[in-house]
Amino acid sequence: MRDDRTPLCAALWLARLTALLLLLLPPHAAAQGFAGLGQGGEGFALPAPDPVFDFPADHGAHPDYRIEWWYLTASLKDAEGTRYGIQWTLFRSALSPGGPQVWMGHFGITTPDAHYSGEKLARGGIGQAGVVPDPFEAWIDDWALAGPDLDRLSLRAATGEAGYALALTATGPLVFHGADGFSVKSASGQASYYYSQPFYEVAGRLTLPSGPVEVTGRGWLDREWSSQPLEGDQEGWDWFSLHLEDGHRLMAFQLRGGTPYTYASWIEPDGTLTPYAGDALTLEPLATSEVAGREVPTRWRLTLPAQDVDLEVSAVNPGSWQATLFPYWEGPVTATGSHAATGYLEMTGYE
Amino acid sequence: MLLSVTDVEKSFASADGPVPVLRGVSFELAAGRTLALTGESGSGKSTLLHLVAGLDAPDAGRIIVEGQDLGAMEDAGRAALRRHKVGLVFQQFNLIPSLSVGDNLSFHARLAGRADPARQADLAERLGLAPHLAKYPEQLSGGQQQRVAIGRVLAARPRLILADEPTGNLDEETGEKVLTVMLDLVAESGAGFLMVTHSARLAGRLDDRLHLRGGRIA
Amino acid sequence: MIRSAAQALWSHWRRHPLQLLTLAVGLALATGLWTGVQAINAQARLSYDQAAATLGQDRLPRLEGDLTLADFAAARRAGWEVSPVIEDRLPGTGLTLYGIDPFTLPPTPGGVAPDLSDPDLLRAFLAGEVVFAAAATLPRLPDDLPPGRLLEGLAPGLVMADLTAAQAILGTGALTRLLVAGGPAAPEALAETLGATLLRPEGDGDIARLTDSFHLNLTAFGLLAFVVGLFIVHATIGLAFEQRRTLFRTLRALGLPQRTLGWLLAGELAVFTLISGALGVLLGYAVAAALLPGVAATLSGLYGAGVQGSLTLSQVWWLSGFGMAALGMAVAGGTSLRNLATLPILAPAMPRAWARAQRRTVRRQGWAGLALIAVSGAIAALGEGLISGFATLGALLLGAALLLPPVLVGVLDLGSALAKGAVAQWLWADTRQQVPGLSLALMALLLALAANIGVGTMVGSFRATFEGWLDQRLASELYVTASDEAQADEIRAFLAPRADAILPIVSAEAELAGTPGEVYGVADHPTYRDNWPLLEAQPGVWDRLAAGEGVLVNEQLARRESLWPGATLDLAETGPLPVLGVYSDYGNPRGQAILGLGAFDAAYPDAPRLRLAVRIDPARADALADAVARRFDLPPDRVVPQATIKAYSLDVFEQTFAVTAALNVLTLGVAGFALWASLTTLGTMRLPQIAPVWALGLTRAHLALADLGRAVALGLLTALVAVPVGIALAWVLLAVVNVQAFGWRLPLLPDPGGWAALGGWTLVAAALAAALPALRLWRMPPSEMVKVFAHER
Repeated sequence: MRDDRTPLCAALWLARLTALLLLLLPPHAAAQGFAGLGQGGEGFALPAPDPVFDFPADHGAHPDYRIEWWYLTASLKDAEGTRYGIQWTLFRSALSPGGPQVWMGHFGITTPDAHYSGEKLARGGIGQAGVVPDPFEAWIDDWALAGPDLDRLSLRAATGEAGYALALTATGPLVFHGADGFSVKSASGQASYYYSQPFYEVAGRLTLPSGPVEVTGRGWLDREWSSQPLEGDQEGWDWFSLHLEDGHRLMAFQLRGGTPYTYASWIEPDGTLTPYAGDALTLEPLATSEVAGREVPTRWRLTLPAQDVDLEVSAVNPGSWQATLFPYWEGPVTATGSHAATGYLEMTGYE
Repeated sequence: MLLSVTDVEKSFASADGPVPVLRGVSFELAAGRTLALTGESGSGKSTLLHLVAGLDAPDAGRIIVEGQDLGAMEDAGRAALRRHKVGLVFQQFNLIPSLSVGDNLSFHARLAGRADPARQADLAERLGLAPHLAKYPEQLSGGQQQRVAIGRVLAARPRLILADEPTGNLDEETGEKVLTVMLDLVAESGAGFLMVTHSARLAGRLDDRLHLRGGRIA
Repeated sequence: MIRSAAQALWSHWRRHPLQLLTLAVGLALATGLWTGVQAINAQARLSYDQAAATLGQDRLPRLEGDLTLADFAAARRAGWEVSPVIEDRLPGTGLTLYGIDPFTLPPTPGGVAPDLSDPDLLRAFLAGEVVFAAAATLPRLPDDLPPGRLLEGLAPGLVMADLTAAQAILGTGALTRLLVAGGPAAPEALAETLGATLLRPEGDGDIARLTDSFHLNLTAFGLLAFVVGLFIVHATIGLAFEQRRTLFRTLRALGLPQRTLGWLLAGELAVFTLISGALGVLLGYAVAAALLPGVAATLSGLYGAGVQGSLTLSQVWWLSGFGMAALGMAVAGGTSLRNLATLPILAPAMPRAWARAQRRTVRRQGWAGLALIAVSGAIAALGEGLISGFATLGALLLGAALLLPPVLVGVLDLGSALAKGAVAQWLWADTRQQVPGLSLALMALLLALAANIGVGTMVGSFRATFEGWLDQRLASELYVTASDEAQADEIRAFLAPRADAILPIVSAEAELAGTPGEVYGVADHPTYRDNWPLLEAQPGVWDRLAAGEGVLVNEQLARRESLWPGATLDLAETGPLPVLGVYSDYGNPRGQAILGLGAFDAAYPDAPRLRLAVRIDPARADALADAVARRFDLPPDRVVPQATIKAYSLDVFEQTFAVTAALNVLTLGVAGFALWASLTTLGTMRLPQIAPVWALGLTRAHLALADLGRAVALGLLTALVAVPVGIALAWVLLAVVNVQAFGWRLPLLPDPGGWAALGGWTLVAAALAAALPALRLWRMPPSEMVKVFAHER
């Protein structure tokens, strides 16, 4: 399977990560940071074609690469059918080849009428944060995603306001984006390693200011690492991960600004992945909400005619604002139309 | 001779250089005599009086009071002269506002070392000030204030009494009364009396008259 | 019309440039003093906050012991909000290396922390390629350190580096401490888990309390400067109006409406406010800039942390200066404008009538002054809290100021009545008549003197008490803190043959009368018997304490809970014990109690026995300190020679005194200026009253000397009134404000020598203020004086 678009997604993530790492930069300086991403890779290990992943070792950290993350989202509901969403991310960044490693954790809980966020920072190499593959554990301070292997995980994290303790069980295989997890972006050779586990069944408890809530739902873990960020004039992106009722999974995104770009991964219930690029995917904002002083689209029309997909995707809570140092929109969504679906939406770059 | 003034000259500094006020004045005054010094405004009569009183020193000429030459005196000598030999009555009374009428009355005499309570009481009586001794000057009428000034001078028994328009600030009737009592008391004391006035009528009540014009005796 | 009227008003100033100068300079000085003190205060507060925030970690509980980054990571993973710090001297440089973890350093709003938002800088910092230091420290960085970058506000001598970089530089994997900003349980739990010692921030709280006291001192000064300034502005404006009465009357007679004249004068006041206010603010800036190094040094000494030596001009600061000038103008100008409104066009010039009206005012002032002093006493007796302390202060000062003219008039009336001789009588009477005209300037002088005496006495009492207390509390020559009990035993064995005595210092947290406090155990030793600062004690207190028959409590606890000798303190571990004595414990906000060592050991068997006080010949103390530190590898803060603490503490206070003294001199100088201005203006106005006396046979020299003597006499009388007021002020500061603010009371130590010296300086100031006007009188040509008799005034 040939896929030369996935790296764009990787590049997006890279851009996002790096932007997040430029914690205190004012916006214009952050833009310069984006522009500077293209030059960054010297001295770091570079992804190579035809990867042979070595699991569970590759679930762990790859400090020779510049950036890496473990990115978990889950769309949940309680016994009454109330919708919730959680996000937990661990980022790793090497500030220079062989140099200091910095870890960053992000935390999010969304309810229909509230959103709680949190973040943590740590230096690498001292055990305050890190990832070990076997048995699997990814942690920063007392936030941890851990289990005997990647198929059976428990997630525990809390801020002063809210927290969660969840069990995740994979009901399908890992899926590998691009060419078996190697994603070439362009002729100049920029690429990343990228795979996901989109088949988690999730159950557990959210601790909210109003009290504990038992929830169940579906989760999605992204794993990606690379050293070469994109050269981008993108303003931002809109990213969807959807669990369709019929067992399919759909990942879709668009880059806004510069040369607009759309991409989708159609994932069969057995893990077979079909990439779609070009005009195959359309994304159309239907309504916006005012969040943190800006207009953000919170209802979308998503079509992928090649798979007869035509959805209207709505935010569970339009105010899913991650008020972290580099703020962005990230929250659970539901979809209706050709399929019923639940999932997650992330949007950046709305000023 | 009680007072002898010879060729006295005095000029004052001004922006355009010295302005001569007295250009050579000479006259004499004997004890027991009264002399009126008249003249227009600016004729120098007040200046002459101030020089005779030892308040200021002449630029040239001699002023001799009871044999003492004022021109040869230092500040302290002239002050002693004022204290002991000369008495001054001014147009604005020039009482000491911080002292009571009684204290004002005795002030000069005590300075001169001649305080005499009996004489003071007598003076107060004759000047009609007896009921006002505990008051302060600003509580008195103009005529009363001038009576205090006259009493102050006479209580000190000076040899030479100088008055500068003593009734100038008073209405005619009051002025007349004040002048009468002053002249009576001066006559009793036997002192020499020199009065500056611009009024020919008042001047007429004194023994002798001198008229100043342009800084010279006319 | 307005134009020509304005011209006429201004022509007065053109013809009397000295008066103009007096007014402008007087207002500028008052504003300057106020703004200067305010600026210092504001800067000091800012610096406090910065210092507290930069090294605000000092205010957090912290763990010390054998700690590593693994301990730190374990604590973080267990949910503790801890941040590691390594701190040690850089040998041979006099610098301290301070390693921080930028990712977990507790947030310090407004504090000094490097800006690491530049990824390259963050990388370089983490990689140990760059360190931070204050401007003064940068040139002192040794060559073997990474290049330094400027970080304003860092403490002098402090080099801030990344934690692991600092560990590499110091060649250690250890941490000095973990700061605890929060966690799942009380920090004691973490201390137990990690086997570390928990240190609460009380030690620094002591210092903070003392700096608060310093602050209070400055605030009181700011208040006084304000009042003194207000009086001076009032005096100068009042005179500016008084001098132009005739002019006003003429203008009115010529048909200038009352209202227009009022507006013109108000406009003139506004112009003065702007110009003199601006001058004053600049002056205040200069004052503050000159004094700030002293303040900075004080604070840096107190906190061991940096204070910016340069001033930052905040808008509030500027505005407060103008506000002061405008308030003074409004108060003074308002009175004068109101007087103007009632000024009859045809009233004759009657200074004596005015003076008589003033006399009635003086009487009313006297009653108001008495009432204010009564109010002050009532607030002192009944009031609670700091505000009432300051209200007491304000009422006392204002009351005393208002009472001054009646007191002076009374004394001078008495003198006048008792005087023999005409000249003496006239002198007394004339001096009395001058009082109303000089009263504002004299009130300003009184306040300045009272402030001097009050603050001087307070600071002096503070210093003497503090020094004595230091001597008592730090009676031992050397203080050693061991890492654990085993080491403590080794150190004791090591010291036994080398020292005169080794006294254990043991303490435990305990509930004292319902609030958390500390209990100490002390050995039965002359060190305590001879030195301990007991405020009250029962007979045989030390024998009974050693026998376990009772307990000593600190002043704070005694005051708060009325636990004076004879009362009973109920300790959970010992049962009720009689209070044998009360000792002073300045700076400590918490309650404290002392048991005999035997009783303490029985009651608190688990208290760590880590600290030792060592008695030794002071000459050998330093050598022994070095020996102990080397032998047991103890960091510098674990082996502290008493002389170091004492010198450090006293140095801090010397700085405080330097600032206070400078402010004292300034206040007195400004008051002296006000007196000079008033005397100069009065000098010309008084000529009609002096000339007749001259005409009656006194020399100008005589009169000039009399004027000089009069000013000195007024100064002396004012100083005599100022002494009791100053003592009362000091008493309020020490016994009311300090108790309300800090819970302990300082004894008032009279300083008659200082007061006498101040009285002497007052006479010098008064003589200097009167010298120029007197000299003018002395040199005045007779023709000038004669004019009094020749003209209507």
